[in-house]
Parts: sequence; structure tokens; C-alpha cells
Amino acid sequence: MSIDAEQVRRIAHLARIGLDADEADRYIGDLESILGMVERMRAVPTDGVAPLPHPIDLQQRLRPDVVTEADQRDLFQADAPAVAEGFYLVPRVVE
Amino acid sequence: MSNWETVIGLEVHVQLATASKLFSGAPNRFGAEANRQASAVDLGLPGVLPVLNEAVVHMALRFGLAVEAQISPLTQFARKNYFYPDLPKGYQISQLDHPIIGPGRLEIVVGDQAKTIGITRAHLEEDAGKSIHDQLPGLTAVDLNRAGTPLLEIVSEPDMRSAAEAVAYLRELHAIVRDLGISDGNMNEGSMRCDANVSIRPRGERTLGTRTEIKNLNSFRFLEKAIEFEVERQIEVLEGGGRIHQETRLYDAQRNETRSMRSKEEAEDYRYFPDPDLLPVAITPKMIAEVARSMPELPRARRQRFCEQYGLSEYDARQVAADRATAAYFETCVAIAEDPKLTANWVMGELASILNRDELGIEASPVPAAALGTLIARIRDATISSKIAKTVFDIMVAEGGEPDAIIEARGLRQMSDSGELERLVDEVIAANPAQVEQFRAGKTKLLGFFVGQVMKATGGKANPQQLNDLLRGRLDGGG
Repeated sequence: MSIDAEQVRRIAHLARIGLDADEADRYIGDLESILGMVERMRAVPTDGVAPLPHPIDLQQRLRPDVVTEADQRDLFQADAPAVAEGFYLVPRVVE
Repeated sequence: MSNWETVIGLEVHVQLATASKLFSGAPNRFGAEANRQASAVDLGLPGVLPVLNEAVVHMALRFGLAVEAQISPLTQFARKNYFYPDLPKGYQISQLDHPIIGPGRLEIVVGDQAKTIGITRAHLEEDAGKSIHDQLPGLTAVDLNRAGTPLLEIVSEPDMRSAAEAVAYLRELHAIVRDLGISDGNMNEGSMRCDANVSIRPRGERTLGTRTEIKNLNSFRFLEKAIEFEVERQIEVLEGGGRIHQETRLYDAQRNETRSMRSKEEAEDYRYFPDPDLLPVAITPKMIAEVARSMPELPRARRQRFCEQYGLSEYDARQVAADRATAAYFETCVAIAEDPKLTANWVMGELASILNRDELGIEASPVPAAALGTLIARIRDATISSKIAKTVFDIMVAEGGEPDAIIEARGLRQMSDSGELERLVDEVIAANPAQVEQFRAGKTKLLGFFVGQVMKATGGKANPQQLNDLLRGRLDGGG
């Protein structure tokens, strides 16, 4: 399977990763080799094999519905770049 | 009739009424001060792991049983990836393959027509936080209290054919989630949010037209208005030779129109993949059986019971059994009144109009169910007429108090002394010889005039039936 520079740029944008032109070229090779391995695995016959939903063969434990977390707003907001009146502030985003 | 057929499917997000969040032990409550209920997990801080809330699974199962759905024995969470400031992790934990609730169905009634609407699926996901854009210039303020709130997203088949059907479906869902106790269903506070997928096609056409998705429908009325507007808009576009573009549109209630949201340069690409932080969840037959044992009576079953037990018409049953609170009120009331039809009329009539006027839920009714039941019993045992009952009811609304006490204190008891009533009838007949003449000449409509005159003389306290009989006897009898 072949990947072109436009696809790499698109994937990088979706993941909000900044790439320069050299990097984009390098990732074309990396991604092609990953997808090539996936192609090879697709050749393995899997008829009659149950899908594996998770590599660890266990099931999710459930938590009782009780409040266990205290308010730690001041602690959490001490690390935030900008806060006001209890809100986190970010550059304005409007759709 | 239009040459176009409307096709509607709804996606409804229901906030589940748990004590804590979907994956964290932070409180799940509306209205707290900003970010006081956002824990490390809700903030997506490094090193934290989600742990699934047991009550959320049970609530989803309750819903699944209520809509006769297939329930997955193994359900799985996935990451839906997108960037927005109120989604701190950069992904929303949701479900794609193996949603907890599979295909089910819901019966709705529009007019006299019952119709089954298919439910495609219902899956669990976490809500995002809230972004506030208009408070600080150039900045967006983010409140993450809502982040991680459990949602059940209920997706319908495109089975609805009119705005009225869509509203009936949403109302039925609303009644069910409230009856199940899984959500308060409060649309003002966003506990229930609805998006509508709307398309039209020429009548008789089998393939679906291009749909638009309308967002921001936070009331039954807005849903109806938005669909009506959008259908008209699509008809205009198509009949004008244009094409419908698949897009998301926002409903503007103030202008009553839908507007295209600026289309993104590229199609949405959420790159779903199974969330490695969460193992698959096994839904065992034992869990389902336990939930089944605790299921309350659902609106449809209750309507049926009201028809059978109380002999109510379908229409009446639908009104008084619509939600659990109204049904409970009706049942308390009718146990005392002992007249289901009359009770239904009062609950849907006088009481409903007062509640509407004062914008009150029936739980906050100024007239308790037992008091209204007693009032209706007094009509039945002929202590008061229906007309006087309305007067007593108005006093109960305005001042409170028990009907019996009000009737006694104001002397509203119906005249039971037939001698006194006969005397008044004779007086009225004697005072109106011309009308008596006309009545006897065949103008029998004048009976109403005599009834009115005597009623006036008694202050409305005559028993209408007794008065009618007396008057007819006197007037027909000649003399």
C-alpha cells in the first residue's frame, strides 16, 4: 500500500503534529512499512477465530456509583497557563 | 397533500442520573461552581485510568429492556478523536462496534395511529465540558464540570414521516427515561438533547434523499418547528432545481430557521479505535435478570392497564398515564373519587390548565390529589354541582383548604330541600307568564331560561337534574 505526502500531511493535521517537508518524506516510508506488515498479517486465515477485543483476556471491573473525588480545583489550576473565576482560559475558539 | 415524503431519524443524548461520573468518582451534578467537579480523570491528566461506573451499565440495561432491544453479551469502548478545548484528553470515550444496546423498538401514537419506530442502537459515552466564548474578549473560558458525565446516545431508524411523529417519539423516550429513573430528562438543563436527521423524497420513491442534520433542539416545540422549517426549505431547494448538501445545520429558535454551520474544509475523521485503557465489559444473563426484576411499569403497559382497570378510553388513558407523576396523581385521586372518567376529565381539564398557567409540574400541584378526589366525590354524591365544584376548585387553588370545609364555610352545599326548590320554581313560573306561554306553544328551548332563573335564585346551589325534572313537570303539566 502506498502513501503520498498529502496523506501524511492530513494525518499529521488530524493529530495536530507539525511536520516539515523532510519529515513528511521520512514518514511516508515509515507508514508504508507499517501498512505493509498489516497487509502480510491479513493473509493469515482467521476464519472461525473469535475476534480478540483486547490483548489482555480479562473483563472490565466495575466501580460502585459513589463519589470518591474531593474538589481539588486550586491544586489543578495551579499548573494551568491561564485561569479566571474558576475557568480555564484558552485562545478564543468559535466554530 | 405534498408530493414529498419526509424522512426523519433522531439521535438523542440522555444524561444519566448517577451520583458519580462515567469513569471517575467526581460528582455528577448540575449547577456547581466552574471546575469544582472536575477530577484528575475528567481533566485527562497524565497517568490516570478510567474505571467504569456500575450504575451506568445497569441504567443502559434498563433502557434496553424497556425498548425490547438486543443486548450485547460483550460490549466495548472506543476512542473518538478530535480536538476542542472542552475535551481535555483529545478524545471522547464512546462506543462504535459492540454498543451495549443493539436493535430495539418503541411504539408511538400520533392521532389515533400507533406506529413502531425502530431503535438502531444505544451506546454509552462521556459528555464533554462547556466552552463559553462570549465572556472575555479574545478568550474562551472552559468549565470541565460536565466532562465525563455519563450519556446514553439513542439512535433511531429513519422511521418517522412527520414532525408530529418525531415529537411523539421524543416524548415517549422522555417518559420512559424518567419512569426508568435513569435521567431527569430536563431539556432546559441539557439532560436530554436531540439532533434530527431530515431528508425528503418524492412520494413512492424507495431510496432516501440527501439528509441534513439539525442540532440544538432542546425542546419538543423546537424539534417540531425546526423539522417543519427544514422540510419546507428542502422542498424549495429541490423544486427550484437545486440540490441538498449533506451538512450540519443549527436551529435558531429566535428566527425560527435552520442555518448551515460553516462546513469544515475536510470531512470529519474521528479515527475511532478500541480504547486500550478499558477492557471489554461482559453483560451476563445474571445482570440482565437482576435489572429485569427491578423494572418499573412503563408508559405503554400503564396505558393498557388504565384502559382495562378504569375503563378509560385510549385517549384518556394516554393523557393521564403519560408520565409516572400524572399517573400516580390520577390513581390517588380516583381511589377517593370513584369515578375514573370524571377524574380523568378534571385532571386533564381544570387541573392541567392551572398547572399550565402557573408553569408547575403535577408534583407541585397546589391541589393535592386526595383533595381533588374528595371534590369529585362531592359531585358524585350530589353534595355540589359540577359548576359549584369549579368554584370550590378555584378557592382550593387560590387559598388551599379541604373541599368539605370550603363547601360548609361558604354554604355551597346543593339544595337538598325539594320543598324550597319547588317554591322557587313556582315563583319563577309565576313571574314569567309570557315565557310559559311560548314554552307551551312548542318553544321548548326556553327550558334553559327557566333553569337559569331558578339557579340564579338559589345561588347556583340547585341540583341541576332535580331542577330539570321539577321544571318539566310544572311546565308540561299545564295549569
